[in-house]
Amino acid sequence: MTFREYLKRAWPLYVMIVPGVIFVLLFRYYPMYGIVIAFQDYSLAKGFLNSPWVGWENFERLFSFAEFGRFLGNTVLIAVAKIVADQIGAVILALLLNEARVILFRRAIQTLVYLPHFLSWIVLGGILLDILAPYGILNQAIVNLGGERQLFLGSNSWFRGTVILSGFWKNVGFSTIVYLAALTAINPTLHEAAAIDGAGRFRRIWHITLPGIRPTIVLLAALSLGDVLQAGFEQILTLYSPAVYRTGDIIDTYVYRHGIVSAQYSLAGAVGLFKSFIGFFLIVSSYYLADRYAGYRIL
Amino acid sequence: MIRDRGWFSRLFDSFNYVFLALFALLCLAPMAHIFAVSLSGRAPATAGFVSFWPIDFTLENYQEVMGSRTFLRSFFISVARVLTGTSLNMVLIILTAYPLSKTPRVFKGRTIFIWFFVFAMLFDGGLIPTFLVVRGLGLLNTLGALILPNAVPIFSVILMMNFFRSVPRELEESAVIDGASHWRVLWHIYIPLSLPAIATLTLFAAVNHWNAWFDGLIYMTDAANYPMQTFLRTIVVELDLTNVGIDPRDLQRLSDRAIRGAQIIVATVPILVVYPFLQRYFISGIKLGAVKE
Repeated sequence: MTFREYLKRAWPLYVMIVPGVIFVLLFRYYPMYGIVIAFQDYSLAKGFLNSPWVGWENFERLFSFAEFGRFLGNTVLIAVAKIVADQIGAVILALLLNEARVILFRRAIQTLVYLPHFLSWIVLGGILLDILAPYGILNQAIVNLGGERQLFLGSNSWFRGTVILSGFWKNVGFSTIVYLAALTAINPTLHEAAAIDGAGRFRRIWHITLPGIRPTIVLLAALSLGDVLQAGFEQILTLYSPAVYRTGDIIDTYVYRHGIVSAQYSLAGAVGLFKSFIGFFLIVSSYYLADRYAGYRIL
Repeated sequence: MIRDRGWFSRLFDSFNYVFLALFALLCLAPMAHIFAVSLSGRAPATAGFVSFWPIDFTLENYQEVMGSRTFLRSFFISVARVLTGTSLNMVLIILTAYPLSKTPRVFKGRTIFIWFFVFAMLFDGGLIPTFLVVRGLGLLNTLGALILPNAVPIFSVILMMNFFRSVPRELEESAVIDGASHWRVLWHIYIPLSLPAIATLTLFAAVNHWNAWFDGLIYMTDAANYPMQTFLRTIVVELDLTNVGIDPRDLQRLSDRAIRGAQIIVATVPILVVYPFLQRYFISGIKLGAVKE
């Protein structure tokens, strides 16, 4: 088959893919080129091409800031705590849902716990700002029970806990879906055989149900490595305030404040590049581990 | 079916049902509280007397929200965004996924194209360079800034591609023998057979567009162009009376606690409307990701 004959049939495939390629070039690859601003003293007037080069100066400045360790530490701490809480919570919740035999009841519970996942952090944040306010319903309840008002969002002792718990609220239900799917795939004859052999309910959960979802647990643990720098930008930007920068400022909020709000493009670009670079290696390693230990491939 | 009749097993069942019910109610309680506040009179709401049942029941707060031109404007910007953005997403997802679902023999260069997209998904240029590109293209304060940068959701393209690959090859082969072009094959075979997947991805795209607010915040320098979730942010998160493009008196009025609650509920209703469909599809959506060769 000559190339001409090939094209005679295949040309529509290239026409189809062109729009996608153009959009990705323009909005994904061109910004990657724009990363050069991290090594420049960028100004809007001169653009990516003509701004003067400064080498590693932005990074040297950045690494000398005390804030750097702070927002990096907060990012990793919050992200890892969220991953651990979410995964453990999801496994337990999925096991409990699996043990609830009344289908209608189970459906109703699932419907309610999945819902927060589909609401934006503005809606959920608006709700949280209201109920956690110093005179909100939660503090009213605490005072009525004889406790003291707490600044759940405005104090450094509470902020991280509030972020982790509200992240749990939004996502734990949805995270159970993968486990519930894995649970339905367990062969029921295994349970029946074990029951005939005299295994009680909890022995069967321990020896059949849990091993049955172990591959899924391993897979999600591997994939979660890619999220170690994702502390929840939209959530924290909605909930935080200058009073809790010490415990709540993360990479993304720092980039937003310095890059977008105060237009220090090169400095914020350097932080962004730092994150993109490490994030890339984390995601690639997580896919590698997922393939190696759970046989998972996205392609 | 196994029956566990031991007393301990039954006790566990009772605890399990009670625990799950309480947990689900706890997930719902914050929303129920805001709903009660939004239906209450402004004085009891502001004073913090309302818990889970409205006090001085009224629909006034909703009338106030629906009568606010500032709120309605942002509402219609969001509607426009969902309609145009979702359509654009779906057209591009389908058009990109179809060639990528072919073997390298049928679509020469497939390997290069697939890595072109996957790398773009894994490596992020970052917020600032992306912002500068959108700005440089003159998209600030246009609808384009909200729908063009993420016009090709690459992960959805991969899901669609995997789904296309599960379509039986014999169907296509017989159509090709009858002289059908790739356009006809896509339109008459692949799309009709992939409707569940297309429905799933459409719903997800629509929900994402409805919920998005950060792009509105950075790309709209004039608050008159804010989509609803971004506008809601100025009301419920960062009450900023100096915001250009919004009448400060309107903002002041909308920031009343009960009216804030009403706005949160209004922003939630469209999600609740599509939620039954979402729930039907998102499980299949997750399975869709597992479909491989």
